[in-house]
Amino acid sequence: MPLIETVNLCQKRGERDILKNVNLQVEPGEVFALIGPTGAGKTTLLRLLDLIDVPTSGKIYFDGIDTAGSARMRLELRRRMAFVLQKPVVFNLSVYDNIAYGLKWRGIGGSRLRSRVEAALEMVGLAAEKGRNARSLSGGEVQRVAIARAIALEPEVLLLDEPTANLDPISAARIEELITSIIRHYATTIIMATHDMSQGHRLADRVGVLMDGELVQTGSSREVFTSPRNREVAEFVGVENIIDGVIISSEERVVTIESGGKLIEAISDYALGEKVSVCVRPEDITLALTRLSSSARNSFEGEITWVVSMGPLARVEVNCGFPLVALVTRRSAEEMGLAKGRRIYATFKATAAHVIRRN
Amino acid sequence: MTEIWHGLLKAIELIISLDPEVMEIAGRSLRISLTSAFLASLLCIPLASLIHFHQFRGKRILISLIQTFFSLPTVAVGLFVFVLFSRAGPLGGLGLMFTPVVMVLGQMLLITPILLGLTIAALSGVDQMVLDTARSLGASGFQMALAVLREARFAVMAAVIMGFGRAISELGIAIMVGGNIRGFTRVITTAISLETSKGDLELSIALGIILIAIALVINIILNRIQQR
Repeated sequence: MPLIETVNLCQKRGERDILKNVNLQVEPGEVFALIGPTGAGKTTLLRLLDLIDVPTSGKIYFDGIDTAGSARMRLELRRRMAFVLQKPVVFNLSVYDNIAYGLKWRGIGGSRLRSRVEAALEMVGLAAEKGRNARSLSGGEVQRVAIARAIALEPEVLLLDEPTANLDPISAARIEELITSIIRHYATTIIMATHDMSQGHRLADRVGVLMDGELVQTGSSREVFTSPRNREVAEFVGVENIIDGVIISSEERVVTIESGGKLIEAISDYALGEKVSVCVRPEDITLALTRLSSSARNSFEGEITWVVSMGPLARVEVNCGFPLVALVTRRSAEEMGLAKGRRIYATFKATAAHVIRRN
Repeated sequence: MTEIWHGLLKAIELIISLDPEVMEIAGRSLRISLTSAFLASLLCIPLASLIHFHQFRGKRILISLIQTFFSLPTVAVGLFVFVLFSRAGPLGGLGLMFTPVVMVLGQMLLITPILLGLTIAALSGVDQMVLDTARSLGASGFQMALAVLREARFAVMAAVIMGFGRAISELGIAIMVGGNIRGFTRVITTAISLETSKGDLELSIALGIILIAIALVINIILNRIQQR
């Protein structure tokens, strides 16, 4: 039985639909990432799941219990969860008292309170700061207090809303490390919202893509990243090459797609004549100065139109009748002398090309 | 001019020598006004929270009404309490007229709008995110209200001190329902009023200095609280 289940969940704000028929199931112990661009409704959904807000229509089941009930019952259920808000605020109290608050509200006191607060402080590495006023902490430290406040409650479900947004890269990496160790040490079910799709990929077992209030795709993170369901998801998960074409032949799932006179081979179940888009991740494209004779079926000659260095990688744009973007290591780009105007062969495997239907 | 100069010197002498009459009057003023501020706080802080945390029709009108009564004339309150507690009045049977008790009640009435209004303002000043945070950590409605009140504690304290300041410096109520009875209901403001009209400037000036000193202390405390 799923620990959390939503059925046709809708939320309206005025006349605007914030969430449209969201059907979500999260199993106990699962780490689920809710990814999607800003404004997609992730925060709204988390607030509903934490039973802070009430949905316009639809149902939320927690551990099999219908949550549409009295305030008292919703409070009891809410107390089995903990929610770290996107912009956490700390109470104008010491770090220790901030973490103790939620436990006190649950009637926990004495040595049990002390040991749980101390353990949470230890976990987030703020034991030395426990007497400090939490208002004087940095952004990263505030986020750690917020997480400590949540894990001290030993919740069955931990909801995290953009845990690393608005943080510098070092603090963000630290929070991610912290979340990883929470995943490792506790059996807590985690639902986290993030607009950083690679973060979802790194941390979660399963990913749900929320776009414009609709849960458009759920699946293992690998599935969502390599086989996005539609163009919007593909663009969001970082597929930079989306080439429109038509299937002109199909043979045992190997299809040939014609696009502007070029032929692309891919694996797909779509039928002949279907209008499709071919998605290729830039890291799946290899560049070579001569035509490769390998198992890769798709090889196109083209001219480099742009090269940008991105730290250890180089982003190379090639025009081979249609534009292609490839990511190669900067070192190999230098060795091959990749520069604007250079002729080159761009190659990718048929299995690296994911085909989606155009609507 | 020499008279004022003489009065001032004598007044300082009265204060430094801890003149029993001056101390007695100042002490009573403090006792009565601290009591009114304390009792009014007990009443107003929960009431202000109730108003702040509930949505009801006419809430805005109620709040502007409360704010209107910030500058309630003390004599109007004095008159109202007088009518209530005078022998022929509805509460005349209690026999509280011209006692410190009725002075406390009058001052409570006077500062209730200030305490209510400023406490509501203090609670409104708390970030909405604090409420969400409290709820997300499993606070019940009551626990959430307490948490918000705790966040606003410095501003609420400032409201109480403002109320106390208004109570100790008012004259209208003290003189109308207290009656300025020596050794019983005579407080700083009524004593100044009476002694000045009698021509006893030194006692008046001495009490005036004490009143200003109290105002100064209140201001310093307020400033320090607001800097938090």
